[in-house]
Amino acid sequence: MPDASFLFAQVLSGLTAAMFLFLIAAGLSLIFGVLGVLNFAHGSFYMLGAYLAFQFVQWFGHDPASFWWAVVAAAAGIAVLGGFVERFLLRHLYGKDALYQLLFTYALVLVLSDAAKLLWGTQQLSVSRPAALAGSFSLFGAVFPYYSLFIVLLGPAIALAFWLVLTRTQAGRLIRAGALDREMLGALGVNVSGLYTGVFVLGSFLAGLSGALTTPVRAIVPGMDVEIIVEAFIVVVIGGLGSFWGTFLGALIYGQVLSFGILMFPRFSIFSVFALMAVVLILRPWGLLGRPTAT
Amino acid sequence: MSVLRRIPWALVVVAAALLVPLAGSRFYTFVATEGAILALFAVSLNLLLGYTGLVSFGHAAYFGIGAYTTGLLMKQAGVPFVLAFPAAGVLAAVGALVFGFFCVRLTTIYFAMLTLAFAQIVWAICFKWNAVTGGEQGTPDIPYPDLGWMARLPIAGDLGTSDHFYLLTVVLVAGCLWVLRRIVGSPFGRILTTIRENPERAEFIGVNVRRWQLLAFVIAGAFAGLAGGLFGIFSSGVFPDFAYWPKSSEVLIMTILGGIGYFYGPAVGAVVLLVLNQQVTSHTEYWPLILGTILIVLLFAFPGGIVGALDAAVRRARFRRA
Repeated sequence: MPDASFLFAQVLSGLTAAMFLFLIAAGLSLIFGVLGVLNFAHGSFYMLGAYLAFQFVQWFGHDPASFWWAVVAAAAGIAVLGGFVERFLLRHLYGKDALYQLLFTYALVLVLSDAAKLLWGTQQLSVSRPAALAGSFSLFGAVFPYYSLFIVLLGPAIALAFWLVLTRTQAGRLIRAGALDREMLGALGVNVSGLYTGVFVLGSFLAGLSGALTTPVRAIVPGMDVEIIVEAFIVVVIGGLGSFWGTFLGALIYGQVLSFGILMFPRFSIFSVFALMAVVLILRPWGLLGRPTAT
Repeated sequence: MSVLRRIPWALVVVAAALLVPLAGSRFYTFVATEGAILALFAVSLNLLLGYTGLVSFGHAAYFGIGAYTTGLLMKQAGVPFVLAFPAAGVLAAVGALVFGFFCVRLTTIYFAMLTLAFAQIVWAICFKWNAVTGGEQGTPDIPYPDLGWMARLPIAGDLGTSDHFYLLTVVLVAGCLWVLRRIVGSPFGRILTTIRENPERAEFIGVNVRRWQLLAFVIAGAFAGLAGGLFGIFSSGVFPDFAYWPKSSEVLIMTILGGIGYFYGPAVGAVVLLVLNQQVTSHTEYWPLILGTILIVLLFAFPGGIVGALDAAVRRARFRRA
């Protein structure tokens, strides 16, 4: 039996991974909930967010605040890209079979991954941690970087802010209404097409933001897009597609299963999360906190 | 027009395919073998996609199971091809039965996700179970089946082993396609179409939707397994990539590219995509970029696929003449 501090460190590392996953999966879930589109390219937006953050850090130079400006600029850049994709391409596929939308976003994955290779090459890139959060502290014998603490706090903060926007504001009300019945919403005189663009932009912003925020702790490499989208899919499927707190719960579970799965079955850690997803889909196809769809 | 329609085109294509080795280029035979196998793989997927209306994102699982079954039986156990090949179909069908049992309970996006999850589990097993599958490195050196008898045939006798395997592949693929064609034309095939068009109404008239969907899933899986069995021998090795999700999306793209509304559409898509891949990758490494662009153009401009676009063009020409 490993000692307590080791287990604690394991829990914390699972928690950090969970918060990153939550940030990206929240956008994926939001877009699916409102637009009904499962966006494969969400992982590509995350990857491009990371590359853009790297680029902006290069341009802004190395003064202490440059990292934060780069993060904001990268997220904004991805939000604009998302807006373009929705307005000029995805929009034209709404009336068609869900398969066409899926394949379109998959085509984007292919195009964007090669675009990133063309622009930034295939070598591994990295961004150093912002000076303010460079150190680490120890808690119950486990060493924990300040940056991870920041992420662990940022995740719930964004979740809470998001939840407040969704439940307490007019925009949030419209988003929830759009998820329930888009035709009725349109009939009531709401600009549904504008709402869709807004939601897609917001989701893309979250993807770009999480991509930019991972740069100090993860290497920026080609292939990170596909790796993260698979994980994000599992998270939203476990939690319930379109369910906000479900995504949060899914991310927490995923983080711990991955963290302890590696510990207990080092060779079958990939297996453990896919098995988890399959079990959830079999027992509760709509996810842990999702609502069953009327068939 | 009517004369053209009376020609048995399927037989013409098979006959033409059998003549490919006579061109004397090993490259042509190589591409044609892969094309024939992938055509079967894509047509098997279309039984689900085009005929039953089920979007499977994990069809590579059954392709992989078939490849590993035939490959490992032939290499490790020395089982002859005559037994190892049908075994691929049987094992893939069993896999499809187990996974499909759970999958058909779900609809649309959830069905797609669960097929993907199961396929990833199959991939993880291939990838990690070193003792049996060879793990990450796969199992190389799968032998060709013993086709010595072909050497005693008049014309085929002068050809090499890979040409012999190609001839065998063409005959087997043609046989499988014929069976699939009979299946979609049978009352069973009509039931599948009914389910695709309107599951509720199908349920109303007494069709057990889930059971027929499961049967379609198993049949599609079995033929994907047979394609996989041939593919393992063709690439003289079986690798985890065969069951990995890019393989599933690749076969989906082939199917859509050819046209899901036509029986032979996916076969056309498979061959076109393969040839395109060969051409593009010899010039540039950015194949995904090209593939993605093709896919986007296809989705916006030709949602019916190649065969759909050709069909529409022919109809238009005929309409103008009338």
